[in-house]
Amino acid sequence: MTDIALFLKDVDKFYGPIDYGVHAVKKLSMEVRKGEIIALLGSSGCGKTSTLRMIAGFEAVSRGKISLNGREIQTFPPVRRNVAMAFEGYSLYPPLTVRENIAFALKASKLSQSAVDEKVANIAKLLEIEDILGRYPSSISGGQQQRASLGRALIRDASLHLLDEPMGQLEPQLRAVLRGRIKHYIKERGLTAILVTHDQTEANALADRIAVMEGGVLQQFDTPQRIKERPANLFTGTFVGEPPMNVFEASVTASESRLAFGLKDGIRLEYAASDFSHTVRGALTKRQRVVLGVRPYAVKRSADGVTGRVAVNQWLGDQTHIAADFAGGTLVLVEHDRTNLEVGQPIGIRLEPASLHVFDGESGMAISHGEELA
Amino acid sequence: MEAMSPLERVLRGIALTLVVVFFMFPIVWILLMSFQTNETILRIPPSVVFTPTLDNYAALITGKLQTAAGTLDIAFMRNLGNSVFLSVVSVAVALLLGVPAAYAFARHKFKGSEDIAFTLLSFRFAPPLLVLLPLTQYFQWLGLSNTYFGLIWVYQLICLPLILWIVRGYFEDISADVEYAYRIAGHSWFATFRKIALPLAGPGIAAAGLLAFIFAWNNFVFALVLASADKQPVTVGALAFVTASGIQYGQIAAAIVLSITPTLALALYAQRYLVEGLSLGAVKG
Repeated sequence: MTDIALFLKDVDKFYGPIDYGVHAVKKLSMEVRKGEIIALLGSSGCGKTSTLRMIAGFEAVSRGKISLNGREIQTFPPVRRNVAMAFEGYSLYPPLTVRENIAFALKASKLSQSAVDEKVANIAKLLEIEDILGRYPSSISGGQQQRASLGRALIRDASLHLLDEPMGQLEPQLRAVLRGRIKHYIKERGLTAILVTHDQTEANALADRIAVMEGGVLQQFDTPQRIKERPANLFTGTFVGEPPMNVFEASVTASESRLAFGLKDGIRLEYAASDFSHTVRGALTKRQRVVLGVRPYAVKRSADGVTGRVAVNQWLGDQTHIAADFAGGTLVLVEHDRTNLEVGQPIGIRLEPASLHVFDGESGMAISHGEELA
Repeated sequence: MEAMSPLERVLRGIALTLVVVFFMFPIVWILLMSFQTNETILRIPPSVVFTPTLDNYAALITGKLQTAAGTLDIAFMRNLGNSVFLSVVSVAVALLLGVPAAYAFARHKFKGSEDIAFTLLSFRFAPPLLVLLPLTQYFQWLGLSNTYFGLIWVYQLICLPLILWIVRGYFEDISADVEYAYRIAGHSWFATFRKIALPLAGPGIAAAGLLAFIFAWNNFVFALVLASADKQPVTVGALAFVTASGIQYGQIAAAIVLSITPTLALALYAQRYLVEGLSLGAVKG
């Protein structure tokens, strides 16, 4: 229990009257361990920022409990929570220089001037803002403001660091460099951090665990790898991963020795029953309708496979994205070599049983991933 | 500014001169009148050549008005004092009430907040004469007529909505994240209001205060009806120059000069804030 830093229990957020207003966060429960970096990942309006603001104390918690290091904090004003936060937009104090803005966060810590200067210099170097320390917020770019805000949060020694889209305005190259440095900085100091982002690359790169949110509901809370390999439901499966997972509605027919998925346009994917474990077979045959998911990287071409027709063939310099008309939809596959497929040309497609993610046709919950039950 | 051709510059100069002449002429004329006697003012044709006299100012300051019918006591200096007192206190009260209210309306959406804000603004819609009659009745019942307290209260109808709505726009322009950042760095809500919101909205507050001051200073009808001579501001007091033996143009002009001086001085001093304050978005990063 003692290694739990943050604990959310059945947290609800309504904008407007409870039970009647807009239900932004629904019965959210999660635990964040000390020293862990968590990403809240989701599209806009999924409730991730509301969650962050409730943890920070800017939004009232409609129902439920939030505790930080064993203290229940949901009724505390921000000043008593001991959390630090980096903001997405304009959040620097305009009358102060960047240096003063960052040093400002250390005011309460009663450090000596030289210690403060050293810390500011370190963080400025980390974030590559040394050259603008003497400037005022109004004279620097959005990306620089964002980094200054990030520096002001990271320099503090708080129980929890909240990072709200901290790198959204940075250039891609810089973002990639900073991700690594920031992660190292946080880990080195054993800080606990929650990152809000809609960028899955950022979430994957920074976070130990990702909480995928949609419609105010926590969809899945797991390591980046497990989220990719074992998505808990259709939403997580299609939301995480680039290019997105291919999905097709299918019906299941099973006999003693065969297991077949019937897709649209009369396409049938036939497998030996032994390709799937007994329990998976059992779970699949109980369903009438399922949704099949397969990652673009896992799609194989094979002359004796089912047929699709090439719609797009794009060489991106290091990989090929092929989109094929398939089973009434589009199937995307990624290959590492250049191919000379013509648009309109038929291609044989092989979907290995190990690469299939099967979701329930109604609830969207995962049934199986490859040979294993979800 | 991009480069202008000589022709453009000349045309621009002419246009500016025209505007300045148009707006400054009445003020300059009044200033000239204030140094003339009634006779020279009423000369036909009028002339700008005259022997200046300070009699008008002397009469105002001593409070003795010399007319053809004899000496008349006027309370001009007292009126001027009243104007200063009423305007300053009214604006101070309106700032004290309006700025926190504006902050609340800008930062917190609560049930009926828009309705309340709009109701406050609607005070500005009603013609003053419409509310004056019932107001006079109530003030007599309450014993508020002919008191500074009552006048300052009524002046809130002028000042409060103005300050509330201008300053509210200002607070809304400040990124809420700046305040959040300050609060999360270990400061209370009130400290954030004082140290972050107030200074950042400073130019807007100054502009709103200045405008409210000018409106309060120029008010005529409330004070005319609700106050008697000893509580009246200059706007009403100037009526005393319309005497039985004629209109004292010279003194009126001198009175006008004296009465616009404070607002003019204030406006010139605060011009920077006024421009900055009324051009929205000035505090954005």
